[in-house]
Amino acid sequence: MNGPTLLGVLLPAVPLVAGLLGLLLPPSPRGPAGGRDAGEQRARRAAIALGVTGAAGALALAVALLATLDRPVEASTTWVDLGGLRVTLGVRLDGAAALVAVAVGAVALAVQVYSIGYLKRGPHDDVDVDHRYPPYAAQISLFTAAMLLVVVAGDLLLLLVGWEVMGICSYLLIAHDRRLPEAPAAAMKAFLVTRVGDVGFLLGIALLGVSAGSFRIADVLAHDHSTGTLTAACLLLLAGVAGKSAQFPLHTWLPDAMAGPTPISALIHAATMVAAGVYAVTRLYPLFEAAPVALTVLGVLASITLLLGALAATAQDDIKRVLAWSTVSQIGYMTGALAVGAPGAALFHLLTHAAFKALLFLAAGAVIHAVGTTLMSRMGGLRRGMPVTFWCTVVGLGALAGLPPLAGFWSKDGVLAAAQAAALDGEGPTPAWVGWLVWLAGLAGVAVTAWYATRLLLRTFLGTTRVPLAHPHDPPGTLRWPVVLLAVPAALLGFAGFAGAFADRLQPTPPATPDHPSNLLPAEPLVHLAPSVVLPLVLLLLGAGSAWIRWRRDPAADPAAALGPLRPVFAAAFRLDDVQHALVVRPARALAATVRAGDERVVDGAVEGSGRAASGLGGGLAALHRAALPRAAAGVLAGALLIGLAAALIGGTS
Amino acid sequence: MTFGQFLLVAVLAVPGLGAVAVAGVPADRAARLVGTVAAGLTLLAALPLAAGDRGWFAWSAGAPAVRPWHQLDVPWVPALDLRFHLGVDGISYPLVVLTALLTLLCCGYTLWRVPAGGSGRALVALLLVVEVGILGTFLALDLVLFFLFFEVVLLPMYAVIAGWGGEDRRRAARKFALYTLFGSVLLLVGVYVVVAAAGTADIVALTGGAGLSRGTQLFAFTLLALAFAVKSPLWPLHSWLPDAHTQAPTVGSVVLAGVLLKMGTYGLIRVAVGVAPEGARWAAPVLGVLAVAAILVGALVCLAQTELKRLIAYSSVGHMGFVLLGVATLTSTGIRAALIGNIAHGVITGLLFFLAGAIKDRAHTGALGELSGLRETAPRLAGLLGFAAVASLGLPGLAGFWGEAFAVIAAIEVGGPLWTTLGVLAAVGGALTAAYFLRLLRQVTHGRPSPAVGRLAPTLAGAELTAWAPLVLLALAIGLAPALVLGIAEAPVDALVEVLP
Repeated sequence: MNGPTLLGVLLPAVPLVAGLLGLLLPPSPRGPAGGRDAGEQRARRAAIALGVTGAAGALALAVALLATLDRPVEASTTWVDLGGLRVTLGVRLDGAAALVAVAVGAVALAVQVYSIGYLKRGPHDDVDVDHRYPPYAAQISLFTAAMLLVVVAGDLLLLLVGWEVMGICSYLLIAHDRRLPEAPAAAMKAFLVTRVGDVGFLLGIALLGVSAGSFRIADVLAHDHSTGTLTAACLLLLAGVAGKSAQFPLHTWLPDAMAGPTPISALIHAATMVAAGVYAVTRLYPLFEAAPVALTVLGVLASITLLLGALAATAQDDIKRVLAWSTVSQIGYMTGALAVGAPGAALFHLLTHAAFKALLFLAAGAVIHAVGTTLMSRMGGLRRGMPVTFWCTVVGLGALAGLPPLAGFWSKDGVLAAAQAAALDGEGPTPAWVGWLVWLAGLAGVAVTAWYATRLLLRTFLGTTRVPLAHPHDPPGTLRWPVVLLAVPAALLGFAGFAGAFADRLQPTPPATPDHPSNLLPAEPLVHLAPSVVLPLVLLLLGAGSAWIRWRRDPAADPAAALGPLRPVFAAAFRLDDVQHALVVRPARALAATVRAGDERVVDGAVEGSGRAASGLGGGLAALHRAALPRAAAGVLAGALLIGLAAALIGGTS
Repeated sequence: MTFGQFLLVAVLAVPGLGAVAVAGVPADRAARLVGTVAAGLTLLAALPLAAGDRGWFAWSAGAPAVRPWHQLDVPWVPALDLRFHLGVDGISYPLVVLTALLTLLCCGYTLWRVPAGGSGRALVALLLVVEVGILGTFLALDLVLFFLFFEVVLLPMYAVIAGWGGEDRRRAARKFALYTLFGSVLLLVGVYVVVAAAGTADIVALTGGAGLSRGTQLFAFTLLALAFAVKSPLWPLHSWLPDAHTQAPTVGSVVLAGVLLKMGTYGLIRVAVGVAPEGARWAAPVLGVLAVAAILVGALVCLAQTELKRLIAYSSVGHMGFVLLGVATLTSTGIRAALIGNIAHGVITGLLFFLAGAIKDRAHTGALGELSGLRETAPRLAGLLGFAAVASLGLPGLAGFWGEAFAVIAAIEVGGPLWTTLGVLAAVGGALTAAYFLRLLRQVTHGRPSPAVGRLAPTLAGAELTAWAPLVLLALAIGLAPALVLGIAEAPVDALVEVLP
């Protein structure tokens, strides 16, 4: 096992071990009265040490991997052989995997450190509230391990393991807050909606694996699949991708997942869960390129998701929900880039998004921590009390909206340039109309994004204060430092796109084999500085300006009032939740009740009925035999007569 | 007599003698201890069965399709040409070990707590007799012997349910006994048909359908498959199961779900498919459709279920549906998926019934509507329940995943419109499984503690942890290293698939 391979194996293993050890800590120690706090503190300290060590170790390993990996590496060993279908345990490492792993490690570390301060019994908390830190930190470690497994996995089934473990960890973490009555339902929804998508994912993997005779990604990519199989498999995989990456129509879980603690939102939204779907597609991109139908579907879904998320974000009052919908919309940019044949641009946006979205969530957490509410209608004027948080949020929102020279500008421009090329020049694997769709939706999205980002900033930090609490202030160190440090990549990561080495790593290249020598051509540049860049900038100014003008007119009013009658529709995200409830949840429940009744009354009823019929028949016959003497005597004589007759007849004939 | 043969006899004799000894010891607790020791010795005797020359490497053309690692073949009733023929191979070995392990855990659990209704001594003795029957079923290589052991299980299990069960125990026990007896009659006729037509009862000689005409095979398979379908159980012949599982005491439910159901699936693979392969091929589509119906019906009923143990009982219907789907594909992949699904279900559902029993014993109710907030008062119990539920819903990386995912993959592998549809529907069933388990967890563990849960103590007894820990570890170990079960099954499954037409 050479250096990079070992690093790749250790990458998920280190946080996994930290997580498993953390689960063994007492969840809520209760010693004899008085001893409880001490025990809890000890368990909490151990949990913090394990969690931070696991995340820091993962980050260090990822950085080491990035530094040492000079060419794609693949290593595997047989895990289990199921009748001609080989499942392998293996890693498949390339530049993109290393970069995404660094992003995962960095965000995980930030979240672990941030959680120390965020999940602490505060002065406002009820005395009975203990935050059960050990399982929480352990679940974050497991979550990190699962995402890193997805990143390095060299086998589709191994990827599926990470994929689903991540789902269950998100379930556990979203349900963590015991004071929120809606948390358990949100957690269940998150897991179930993604699981519905995973039905498709599993079937897609099954088709590919059966077709190739192996689940190893290298074998699957190398095998010559029939077009029908490939298209079906890619479409099925997209269902899983839509579930995990919150794409229409399986996006409904993500805003509800805001019931989880804020650091968890940062973890899920920035670098892990939602990024997994996009990453998985880039991993299998050669297959998708050969299945343009699937990419066309992806392009349509991406455009819908992009606009849907952006519009829904405009009308939310909950600061976390604004950010949640912005995630939906930004992931739409990534899948749009995939659809127009630019996986490099998708990964670039994934990385910058990881930085600025983690920053935004953690900054929002600092705000929530300070004012004790998530509603923007009860914030305002926080700039003076929280200057550090304010400036970090400005950087994050600027990057989100695509303000040059912040990171989001460059990566979003890359996506738009790819879509433009697909639309105007017919480049890319999909028909030109898909390029047009993604491009126009992306441009419209720029304006809407700028609008809601401006609104968030104005409503939260500027204007008059509507805060019930007297003196909001910047958070303590454990909360502040992750935010400040994340502001650096959120501001500067875009310039990495100019570096050739960075761009090279983001282009998906298969590991060099004797049959496929590695691609020596220079990669497509990630950053485009063409005259067309003016277009999104104008739209950006338009969006931000219209929100600002509205606010200047009346700083106390919500700019969302400008939406008029559309506001409730956007706030409810086009009521797709209700549609889902009416079309899926309610019929499933009704069907379940019907099947249960049918099973109990018909299937079991037949069984019980046959039992009752038998005992009834037996009872009847028994009653016949319980007769008084005259009838019994008559019966005996009749019987004797019958037997005699029979004997005479049968005996007579023979 | 070789060491292997000695072990084969010991695996059956130790629990049998143990049962007698338990009955003979007058003191209740001492008797339970004796029983636990006997169960432990049985496990110790079963484990080394894997050792020794497995004989698989010396494969040659013309060798029989069943090639046991160890076998013992002695005349039993010469006048009737009955033989006492035992053997173990990669298909039966994991089940033998699982049976021995679960019986040991149940006996050990009984040391700590005896369910209300009768003496602990009698319960342990009955459990050991049940163990003899189940182990004999898995080891028998003679059809008549197989049938006898198959029947040995019935009455002691009836007594366990009727003696130590819940409120409605008599009715449930009666239903269990009569329903499975109905299956046994079919099994008897099937065995008779096969033995009469082939002139031998030796499973080794019979496997591959040697000497049976196609008509006989179709008839025999129908009878045998129906008999095993009752035991497995296969929808719509399942309705004895929810009542029996719900009313049985905790240890009874664990043995029932953990290993008793496996007699049906094992019999299907070893006897029905092995002896009448043409019949199996002929009936496979029907079997597949019913298996998928079981998956969907089981999951939907669970989704509308309101009682904890009953929900877990119905979940068995769905899980065994995946196992039967694997068998029905008649491919190497499918049968392996069935084998590992069998073991995983035994481990995980065994654990689930232990946990459900612990919750019911503490809260004195199993109604889902009266349970909530378990994680507030008993976080460890809630955590374990969460683990078991997640393992049962087939999370990749835990034991339940392999059987279910590969049953689906095997169906896709067979291809064609029918099997592809079955694979897709089974995968949808997997999502429904997640739905009902999450509903269960949300109801039981989340939210504010209900009055019934509010008075729970957070601690778990040492005996409980001892009984549960091996199952938790096995669920994890089999999930991470499925080769533990599948490695040894490779050769026998391939040999079996080879003789299929």
